[in-house]
Amino acid sequence: MRIHPAAGFLAPALAALLCFFLLPVVAGFALSLTDFDLYALADLRNLRFVGLENYAQLLRDPGFWSAFRNTLGFVAVGGPLSVGASLAAALLLCAKSARAQAFFRTVYFLPVVTTLVAVAVVWRFLYHPRLGLLNHALGTLGVAPIDWLGDPALAMPALIALAVWKNFGFNMVIFVAGLQGIPERLYEAARLDGATRWQQLRFVTLPMLLPTTGFVALMTLIGHFQLFAEPYVMTQGGPGDSTRSLVLLLYEQGFRWWSLGQAAAIAVVLFAIVLGATLLSRVRPARREAHA
Amino acid sequence: MNLRRASALALLLCAACGTREDARTTVEFWALGREGEVVRELVPDFERRHPDLRVHVQQIPWSAAHEKLLTAFAGGALPDAIQLGNTWVAELVALGAIERLDDRIADSSVVRPDDWFAGVLETTRVDGSTWALPWYADTRLLFYRKDLFAAAGWSQPPQTWDEWRAALADLRRTLPPGSHPILLPITEWEMPVILALQHGATLLRDGDRYGDFRSPAFRAGFDFYLDFFRADLAPRRGAAEIGNLYQDFAAGSFASFASGPWSLGELARRLPPEFRDRWATAPLPAPEGPRSGVSLAGGAGLALVRGSPRADAAWRWLEFLAEPAQQVAFHRLSGDLPARRSAWRDPSLAGSAHAQAFLIQLDRVRPTPRIPEWERIASRIAHHAEAVVRGNESLDAALESLDREADQVLEKRRWLLRREDLAP
Repeated sequence: MRIHPAAGFLAPALAALLCFFLLPVVAGFALSLTDFDLYALADLRNLRFVGLENYAQLLRDPGFWSAFRNTLGFVAVGGPLSVGASLAAALLLCAKSARAQAFFRTVYFLPVVTTLVAVAVVWRFLYHPRLGLLNHALGTLGVAPIDWLGDPALAMPALIALAVWKNFGFNMVIFVAGLQGIPERLYEAARLDGATRWQQLRFVTLPMLLPTTGFVALMTLIGHFQLFAEPYVMTQGGPGDSTRSLVLLLYEQGFRWWSLGQAAAIAVVLFAIVLGATLLSRVRPARREAHA
Repeated sequence: MNLRRASALALLLCAACGTREDARTTVEFWALGREGEVVRELVPDFERRHPDLRVHVQQIPWSAAHEKLLTAFAGGALPDAIQLGNTWVAELVALGAIERLDDRIADSSVVRPDDWFAGVLETTRVDGSTWALPWYADTRLLFYRKDLFAAAGWSQPPQTWDEWRAALADLRRTLPPGSHPILLPITEWEMPVILALQHGATLLRDGDRYGDFRSPAFRAGFDFYLDFFRADLAPRRGAAEIGNLYQDFAAGSFASFASGPWSLGELARRLPPEFRDRWATAPLPAPEGPRSGVSLAGGAGLALVRGSPRADAAWRWLEFLAEPAQQVAFHRLSGDLPARRSAWRDPSLAGSAHAQAFLIQLDRVRPTPRIPEWERIASRIAHHAEAVVRGNESLDAALESLDREADQVLEKRRWLLRREDLAP
């Protein structure tokens, strides 16, 4: 059998992929079919093969469903907000009349490079019911103090606000690059046709940004499904279960209780969800791209 | 963080090469949080007494300690001796990570088990053996504002549940609106469990094989706990929502709270000296008098890692830390309460009214079930207690779920025990 010359060049990358991606995924899946826990860590004879029992248990566990709902809510609300905020910021930055663009670009990007833990400490102060700046500002408008992180109905919205603020800078930079790639002549032609500012945005800018938007939306979607650090640092999943995300649940199962079998099952489920959502979201943009 | 780890590693390596040069045995000891910081000051004394030994203390933050111990075990990287939270003993025993200490204790001239608080010693005992030396003791009791209680007509702290309820109801009338007679963070499992223990609840049944939360004793304790919230005696607030416990206490936002020894230090440190006479500590009230109610036995212990080649040297170090004189020295450094009664004769403790209530309480403490699954079950108690207090779940539904979830968590334990029974 003749080995294709490309095989030699591909081998290093494939080997790395095999070692650091495929094998762990397969091992993780295998782990999810066992009840690997503290006892098994002590002595492998205490390990049992349980088949799909971990998955069945997940489906029966109200804690899993609430984490699932929380994560979905975070993706559905936080995702569009995040993309919208970065697009708006990028449009403002690239506006003809904008001054000191480099300065604002840096300022907007700062939250992205700041450590989340430091940010979380500051935001906890902002949200503090008595001392917080946010309630202070609302107080001047006559709004009674709100317990942002203590109220089960408000804790997730509060985390979404934090996440949007923390992350929009990154997508903004990508949008700015996309905006700069739109040829000036298109706007010129649109203006000659008598298009208003709004029409230019609607019929030139947005369609031209579609590939960028598709990419940004996809990355945001994937990132948001993996919500972990914000609730881990800010609320530990509380109050009640209102901010416990799937990854936080996974972490607790795995590293707090050492139910590694259960944790692996959650990881597999999350993997399937993200894969499914990604495939779904790829369907439409691809077709439109073909049109354009 | 990484830098810290790297420098810790470098330190460790240095310590390792150090031993080779001076031929002394170095005991690697992991200690947690603030204790890990101050215990270093006891090392010179020990090394003077044992010229052939050295102790290297590695400090680990409490928040990461449990995970770190387990991962170090999995990676075979545990040191010679460790400090551990008493609730972790069962877990490390199940792993086979620590040594049985019975023989060493029996042979020791320093360690005297009858000098420890019985309930605290019990937390380090699993399967009839002792696995750790109690280092310092921890429990919860009542911190209260003497002035506010007196204004409500209570010059003495309540001693029974009836008195407790009456005192808090009186405070409810005298305190301004927005303030509460007692603060019990609704995200914690400790208080409902303590109240249930006071009623004689065992929490689990059949050799810790099943949950026993629908027992009348547990229900009575839990129900009494809920009364605090039904009568608006305690605010519905979780631990994360309490901004500054001590300042709020000084401001009179609440007139009492249940807490542990660390609050003695915090109150002394954070509040002005003139405030010192306006608060006091009291043992927890009991369902019925005349003795005070039981509380939780907690604290930290010192354990030997199984298979350590320096076990004898490490034991010397643990024995040293268990000496009454070192217990006193450690108390002065850390504020932690000694686990040995004889250390309490020191004037720093005997002369402190705030500490004396702990002495009474420590004779009335009980451990929680000593099985690896306990913390997980406790977190479910915290979860359901919060849900009931917030009105999202009924008491009956909560107790039923608790039994079901505990049974599920304990399934593996039942399987292991059954297999043990079948084995010849």
